[in-house]
Amino acid sequence: MPILAKTGNEAMAEAMRQINPDVVAAYPITPATEVVMIFSGFVADGLVDTEFVAVESEHSAMSACVGAAAAGCRVMTGTSSQGLQLMSEILPIASALRQPIVLCEVNRALSGPINIHCDHSDTMAVRDFGWIQIFSENAQEAYDNILQLIKITENESVRLPGMATTDGFIISHCMEKIEALDDNEVKEYLGEHKKMNSVLDLDKPVTLGALDLQDYYFEHKMPIIEAMKNSKDVILKVAKDFAKRYGREYGLIEEYKLADAEIALVALGSTCGTARVVIDELREKGVKAGLLKIRVFRPFPAEEIVKALSKVKAAAIMDRSDMYSNQGGPLFSELRSAMYEAKDKPLLTNYVYGLGGREISLEDIQKIFAEQKEAAASGKVKQLIQHFGVRE
Amino acid sequence: MGKIIEIRWHGRGGQGAKTAALLFADAALSLGKYIQAFPEYGPERMGAPVQSFNRLSDNPITVHCGMTNPQIVLVLDPTLMGSVDVAHGLLADGSLIVNTSKSPQEIRKEANIKGAKIFTVDASAIAIDKIGRNIPNTPMLGALVKVSGLLDFNEMIKNTEEKLKKKFAHKPEIIKGNIEAVKTAHDSVKGEK
Repeated sequence: MPILAKTGNEAMAEAMRQINPDVVAAYPITPATEVVMIFSGFVADGLVDTEFVAVESEHSAMSACVGAAAAGCRVMTGTSSQGLQLMSEILPIASALRQPIVLCEVNRALSGPINIHCDHSDTMAVRDFGWIQIFSENAQEAYDNILQLIKITENESVRLPGMATTDGFIISHCMEKIEALDDNEVKEYLGEHKKMNSVLDLDKPVTLGALDLQDYYFEHKMPIIEAMKNSKDVILKVAKDFAKRYGREYGLIEEYKLADAEIALVALGSTCGTARVVIDELREKGVKAGLLKIRVFRPFPAEEIVKALSKVKAAAIMDRSDMYSNQGGPLFSELRSAMYEAKDKPLLTNYVYGLGGREISLEDIQKIFAEQKEAAASGKVKQLIQHFGVRE
Repeated sequence: MGKIIEIRWHGRGGQGAKTAALLFADAALSLGKYIQAFPEYGPERMGAPVQSFNRLSDNPITVHCGMTNPQIVLVLDPTLMGSVDVAHGLLADGSLIVNTSKSPQEIRKEANIKGAKIFTVDASAIAIDKIGRNIPNTPMLGALVKVSGLLDFNEMIKNTEEKLKKKFAHKPEIIKGNIEAVKTAHDSVKGEK
């Protein structure tokens, strides 16, 4: 296994090179530009067999991806922020047509005001379009998640598109140590891409994208809902197989020192890494703190989260986006909803933080844990939804 | 090196502060360390003050927030010191390495720096002499290895040479100049008496 120094973007591009997709259609956008820029270099150097379609917008990029996938190709792309939003007309079509496209998404704030830095508003805004969504804590996970997503999305009981995300700049532009697989290992791991219902298969003609009104539209939505349900088991099976082969373990969620924790932080992406440091410090002082990392946001691992937090007294739910609902961020909203029937559940506080790349420091996380300690002791939540780190 | 060593680079856009951090991280990785290298991103303009960062450890590094209290600060361009507080947050027992022809004592007096150890090296002159251009970032790597004692210098030189050979296969003269620049800077760092 080669040990490499890679940024998040380089790690994703390296995974793409090894996957060697049939078609990549993409349009550059900060901070995801490098993913497709580096990959286009691989195309130019003849290191991959990919047909690279340089399109004039992200809307066209996703449209080309859907077309190529419908023809039976293994298809990938990459984008961020406004680029993902410009794709959004086509994103639900990709899932409805059951095309296993894999997208490298770099989390970035949405305009306006214009901002190129990390938050999760872009990814969260497309969460209801039938795409599997996996968040990466670091460059290693970005690499591993992209490889696993190929397996997950192409699984016959899933056949949905998926995106793996990194946090813009924090991970996309941070060079770290990663353990990659050898090229032939990746080839063997992924296997041949199986065509399913290709529009180019003249022996078995299929109709894609037809008008579908009151009589059947609803019935045709159900398989997508079923496929997303099925994907949970498939994600776990793929993770188990990956761990067996290469030693790195993944799940829908990850618990860090959570088993006996009284207070916990629940987060997505790079913040989890920073939280681990604070938890280690607190543990040394005898404070029973833990982390629940949400790796997979779609499908939402509701039962797993409820179970993982059942013994925790107070938990901070960290949302790196708001959704203007007056009910906190999307993670909080769904997690709180999942808790409704639970008998044993922690007190919850929602921290909307880090919008537009606002720093989340070790001291910030220490402060959040201190507030959770207070909540656990008093049995009261001070303020249900906090916009943390914003100046007044 | 149980704990994480944090390093901050100051330069101007175009001087290679980001590249220096990446090169150092890559070299440290090859010598078995866990690493991070990341730049500070703002508007990208030639000549504007920029920063980049390294973290080094013998153990996995999970922290992903900014850096406030570095152990070592490197200044690629001494003219920054009039407008940027390069010693900001530098640990009291940390080190400041400045690319300048001046002595550490002169820098301490001019910049009014209290605490920390100050080192100087004329990386620009070395770069002009050995590489033919004022690109002080590679010689500063030599100074960093000397002052920090974090990496085995000979191993690091061997490793950097191999990497440059791959990268500049068609321009071997660049490799020799860069390696000599790193060595010269390593050997000519001045500390305070």
